[in-house]
Amino acid sequence: MAYSNKVIDHYNHPRNVGSLDKSDPNVGTGMVGAPECGDVMKLQVKVNPETGVIEDAKFKTFGCGSAIASSSLATEWLRGKTVDEALAIKNTDIVTELSLPPVKIHCSVLAEDAIKAAITDYKKKANPIPAEAARV
Amino acid sequence: MKLPIYMDNHATTPVDPRVFEAMRPYLTNVFGNSASRNHSFGWEAEEAVEKARKQVASLIGATSKEIVFTSGATESDNLALKGVAEMYAEKGNHIITAATEHKAILDTCKRLEKHGTRVTYLSVQQNGLVDLDQLRGAITDKTVLISIMHANNEIGVLQPIREIGRIARERGVLLHTDGTQAVGKVPVNVLDDNIDLMSISAHKMYGPKGVGALYVRRRNPRVQLTAQMDGGGHERGMRSGTLNVPGIVGLGEACALAQVEMPAESKRLAFLRDKLKERLLNSLDEVYINGTLEHRLPNNLNISFAYVEGESLLMGINEIAVSSGSACTSATLEPSYVLKALGAGDDLAHSSIRFGLGRFNTEEEVDYVAGKVIEVVKKLRELSPLYEMFKEGIDLTKVQWTAH
Repeated sequence: MAYSNKVIDHYNHPRNVGSLDKSDPNVGTGMVGAPECGDVMKLQVKVNPETGVIEDAKFKTFGCGSAIASSSLATEWLRGKTVDEALAIKNTDIVTELSLPPVKIHCSVLAEDAIKAAITDYKKKANPIPAEAARV
Repeated sequence: MKLPIYMDNHATTPVDPRVFEAMRPYLTNVFGNSASRNHSFGWEAEEAVEKARKQVASLIGATSKEIVFTSGATESDNLALKGVAEMYAEKGNHIITAATEHKAILDTCKRLEKHGTRVTYLSVQQNGLVDLDQLRGAITDKTVLISIMHANNEIGVLQPIREIGRIARERGVLLHTDGTQAVGKVPVNVLDDNIDLMSISAHKMYGPKGVGALYVRRRNPRVQLTAQMDGGGHERGMRSGTLNVPGIVGLGEACALAQVEMPAESKRLAFLRDKLKERLLNSLDEVYINGTLEHRLPNNLNISFAYVEGESLLMGINEIAVSSGSACTSATLEPSYVLKALGAGDDLAHSSIRFGLGRFNTEEEVDYVAGKVIEVVKKLRELSPLYEMFKEGIDLTKVQWTAH
């Protein structure tokens, strides 16, 4: 199968590889996928609590070239977006940008899931459900 | 050294130039139909076919009348299984095979099951070999055939064919073996190994694609087959169709070369394979060899680089042609069923690479491949959340994954 030039570029020069401090209250971590399925993505965002803007995004991915490219692209797109703008990123945007073939669409779905999981994690940390309320 | 490097010789091999030269006249001037009995064109073709038949027979310890030419090992497998099932239907309807066989066997068995044949699929041990006690226990008075491959196409392990043949013989059951990967690479002798039927392919041993053979034993016992292709009754009625004379000449020449060169070649390939293995094992942690090293083709190395996905590794070594058991590289999007059968876990199947060394690989190429693979595995592990977790001491089997 031939890869698009953009996939190859992200694979050869992955953007924003790394990890942020999981315990930082401003950092949201999303980990999706499973080793036995052949792909696991870890995506992290660091949000400015004042502005709601994502100041940093990092990823690490176990998966095929398209999975690596999808998550690398996601971190590029996340930086500078507000949390709400980030939630509007759709897997189809990634498919279009990277020209992913049909068999690789699940890589883009996984990237979208990773974004959502990271932001959900951040929101949980930023607005912890009070113990009282949780019980109700 | 030229790039790209071909190291996928279990998939196919290049035609040896000497094989091509042997074939050349039969692709041009000597074009007769070997079944034409009344002119010199036919006689010349027939002579070439009979010479090739002897060359094939000689390599495996058979007689030339026991060689049936086919279009390749898939056809040979089909003919052996379907031909025996049909011919011996009155004696019994049970076939025993193994979970790690090639699809040409497994899918043929599935079709036979639809027509009333009962098939036992033996599991394999973690080293990739069938358990002989399990095999003995699976034989019933309805068993007509055992079909176990000689060498596995993914992990290169050599099944204990001689012992399996002895068991089959004791119980009066026929033994078919898919010899596609073994013939021409390791010594195979149908008499010593008690093999009754064996599939052979030309293009796995430096011959052309589209030609193969089925060995069909003529004595002790005389094996009979129901033909699966109707027509002019070629190949003693077992396989109709005008013979592929140039292809058959190529197969014969490939067998003759293998017979002469096998001792030196297998030693050289084992040296290169071991060098590759040592370099990878010495430079990388968390590397697992799939299948036993003790009983293995000299040219095969199947290895899993934990926490690195196979297709992404192939992408990084794109000037080296090898295969992966990763789901992403298969048409079915399932990881290798052979590796899954070893019980090592799907994650290691996703991380596996098959190196298949061949006659034309050089030591310089092996050095380059080792260096490149090490470099790319290290790079991808920098990217791998699983490797990071492993390094942090997290037990990945205890993590709650979100399977998708």
